[in-house]
Amino acid sequence: MRSSPTGTIDPRPAGASRYAGYLKANLRDYGMLLSLIAIMVFFQVVTDGTLMQPLNLTNLVLQNSYIVIMALGMLLVIVAGHIDLSVGSVCGFIGALAAVLMVQYDWHFLPATLVCVAAGAAIGAAQGWFIAFFKIPSFIVTLAGMLVFKGLALALLQGQSVGPFPGGFQLLSSGFIPDLFNGETLRITSLAIGLAVAAAMVVAELRQRARQRAHGIDNEPTPFFFAKLALFAALIVGFSWVMASYRGLPNVLIVMTLLMLLYDFVTMRTTIGRRIYALGGNEKAARLSGVNTRWLTFGTFVNMGVLAAVAGLVFAARLNTATPKAGQGFELDVIAACFIGGASASGGVGKVLGAVIGALVMGVMNNGMSILGIGIDYQQVIKGGVLLAAVFVDVYNRNKA
Amino acid sequence: MRGITKTFPGVVALRDVNLQVQAGEIHAVVGENGAGKSTLMKVLSGVYPHGSYDGRIVFDGQERRFGGIADSERLGIIIIHQELALVPLLSIAENIFLGNERARGGVIDWFESFRATQALLKKVGLKAQPTTLVTDLGVGQQQLVEIAKALSKEVRLMILDEPTASLNETDSDALLALLLELKSHGIACILISHKLNEVAKVADTVTVIRDGSTVATLDARAGPVPEREVVRLMVGREMADRYPQRTRQVGEVVFEVDDWRVHHPDHHDRLFIKGVSFRARRGEIVGIAGLMGAGRTEFAMSVFGHSWGHRISGAVRMHGKPVDISRVDRAVAHGLAYVTEDRKALGLVLEDSIAHNVTLANLRAVSAAGVIDAEREYAVAGEYRRKLAIRCAGVAQPVVNLSGGNQQKVVLAKWLFAEPEVLILDEPTRGIDVGAKFEIYTLMAELAAAGKCIVMISSEMPELLGLCDRIVVMNEGRFIAEYDAAEASQERIMHAIVADGHH
Repeated sequence: MRSSPTGTIDPRPAGASRYAGYLKANLRDYGMLLSLIAIMVFFQVVTDGTLMQPLNLTNLVLQNSYIVIMALGMLLVIVAGHIDLSVGSVCGFIGALAAVLMVQYDWHFLPATLVCVAAGAAIGAAQGWFIAFFKIPSFIVTLAGMLVFKGLALALLQGQSVGPFPGGFQLLSSGFIPDLFNGETLRITSLAIGLAVAAAMVVAELRQRARQRAHGIDNEPTPFFFAKLALFAALIVGFSWVMASYRGLPNVLIVMTLLMLLYDFVTMRTTIGRRIYALGGNEKAARLSGVNTRWLTFGTFVNMGVLAAVAGLVFAARLNTATPKAGQGFELDVIAACFIGGASASGGVGKVLGAVIGALVMGVMNNGMSILGIGIDYQQVIKGGVLLAAVFVDVYNRNKA
Repeated sequence: MRGITKTFPGVVALRDVNLQVQAGEIHAVVGENGAGKSTLMKVLSGVYPHGSYDGRIVFDGQERRFGGIADSERLGIIIIHQELALVPLLSIAENIFLGNERARGGVIDWFESFRATQALLKKVGLKAQPTTLVTDLGVGQQQLVEIAKALSKEVRLMILDEPTASLNETDSDALLALLLELKSHGIACILISHKLNEVAKVADTVTVIRDGSTVATLDARAGPVPEREVVRLMVGREMADRYPQRTRQVGEVVFEVDDWRVHHPDHHDRLFIKGVSFRARRGEIVGIAGLMGAGRTEFAMSVFGHSWGHRISGAVRMHGKPVDISRVDRAVAHGLAYVTEDRKALGLVLEDSIAHNVTLANLRAVSAAGVIDAEREYAVAGEYRRKLAIRCAGVAQPVVNLSGGNQQKVVLAKWLFAEPEVLILDEPTRGIDVGAKFEIYTLMAELAAAGKCIVMISSEMPELLGLCDRIVVMNEGRFIAEYDAAEASQERIMHAIVADGHH
């Protein structure tokens, strides 16, 4: 027998005003999702349906995977109250390292990948060491890192593009999961995976809700819960349907999804995640509560380095060459994704799913505007405006509440 | 102010409150934490603009609709917040005229600024140069700078929110004298305070607020209103005693510190804690008395995970066995807990929920293999909410919205959940109202009765005398005297400190 409810339920007014109140209080979470959908619908209409075509949707995933992967790490860094400006350069440097190892030294892609990820961890550790143990502002350390690794990438490649990569390595970005059923027009395995994921999500959400209810923990009103659940399930199924009608689910999507789920779990459910939020929320209070703030800060940078390395590998595999200019400006997209996704620049606030949605918002806009033939010049102007508008609405709502 | 009602989502903070202040009077507003005093003052000073509340503000016979703090300041209504709003690295003169510079065409007239500052400092009785940086002043002196700043704006109604909360007795008296002085110049003053003896000293009128409503307005012109009466109105019940009854059950020595030496973190050569030894026994409440800067907080923090200081040496033993307390997590693991003096800056993650704050120091107890059990966490938080009577809408509420007393209870809950054997409380009742103080005293008495060691650092001698089994006196980094509860008195403690200063 479980014990009786010990959490508390607020006395709330009944009926519509209660829903309105809930919506208002959680505007940040819902607003993000709704704006992503609105942007997708908008571009779907103005591009005459090109956006959601299987080929384009697949490209959209491939083009944004590395931004999403880095946004996961960046979110932790930002929540911990720091920033990492070096991720774009690290991404490019690791791509260069991979190319040198695999193309010039003919290493097999497995050991090369491991060395690259380890190098990413080492880079993160080096930067994190200065930030965590010497209290040098992360802005400065990673600004230095940005210059250093941009230069090292150039030096490593001696100013040339190096490629192509061995076939096995290319599959990381250009591969799709194999279809066991030999579906001619529809990749059945991919669709089945989509359906299974949607079903698993529904079951998990229902179970969690039931457990929370049993303990009297406040959760969202029933109509919202089911609307959101249905929407998510429909999105996953619809998405995998579209993907399945082209070449199936890309390998990198699987990697990305697993990482996303992992980081969502770490931030929301584990002690490490909780401590990172406390660290960013009030470092002194966290330290006096026994949180080892230095090692935790150090750890978030090591983690960022690893994810930047993974992203660098994905990007190199996608281009199939390493170029000295690879990764330039990525840090801006990654940081923008986190802030569009509701992270606070002063630390302590932000969600993994928010950062992912933020990255997708940027990605859909990039893609949609390119289809429309908007030049790179005005694309940047518009992206800048969207970043500012998103944060403005967020801050404005919070101040009003 | 007439019929003021202000609501926040889910809470009615003020319900039909009336407050009338005459020109040239000192009007004390008293009430428990969370009663709505600060909210009322924020309405009055325009922090909450017209339209966000119901009711009317009438000043000089005219209804006023303040859109912001600038509107109220223009009329001479100036609020001095509990947390001082000075820029530490600017000089006194720069702070006084910040936003209101003595300047022509944007160029500051330093000569005039310094002259005016000197005149203002003389008025408030602060002996300091206008060029002195605010960071080099003590808290009491900073408070005087705030008042000088208010005077520079031709203040007519000054609102002081807990002005003496962090001042020692001498500074408090000086401040109160200054208020009386200002009163003779026709400046009205609203004084929010928990210290009823101060209210009795200076107030002409006392308004008591309870649960967001005005309970009574008492005239104190003829003579101070009896403290007992005010307390009864504040808490809505008679308080038999200010301290809970305790039966002494002191056991064996649990916690020992020997020859503890700590150097100052910024001036590495300066020995700050000078080789002190300390004992605490099971079931005992030990008080540490002393003046500000005596080294009490520094001693406690250096013991608690080396959180303060540099080049720390000495031995710490629990139950006679030496223990390593060189990191906070190790100190906690050995059964130490330290409730900080400054709960907002050092004790709480303000934007985070009550539940998350309560479990922060002992996440292991609500998690398995690093994964937090959210249901268990909520259950724990709910349990402490009930035990400590934390007044809130729910444990998911961010602590930033709680009153001072309830925030302090959250900090206490955090450390109780860490299940310490030795609980060090640093100024546990600072800025807390009478009702919540009593609750915290009761809790301390219960913990002692349950066999914990309680160490209380406090600047309020009555509470040390009322609660402790033993009081040690600290001065300039050393323990200079020790008294048993029976032989301790305010005079003896002060005498020990003064005598120590002479040699």
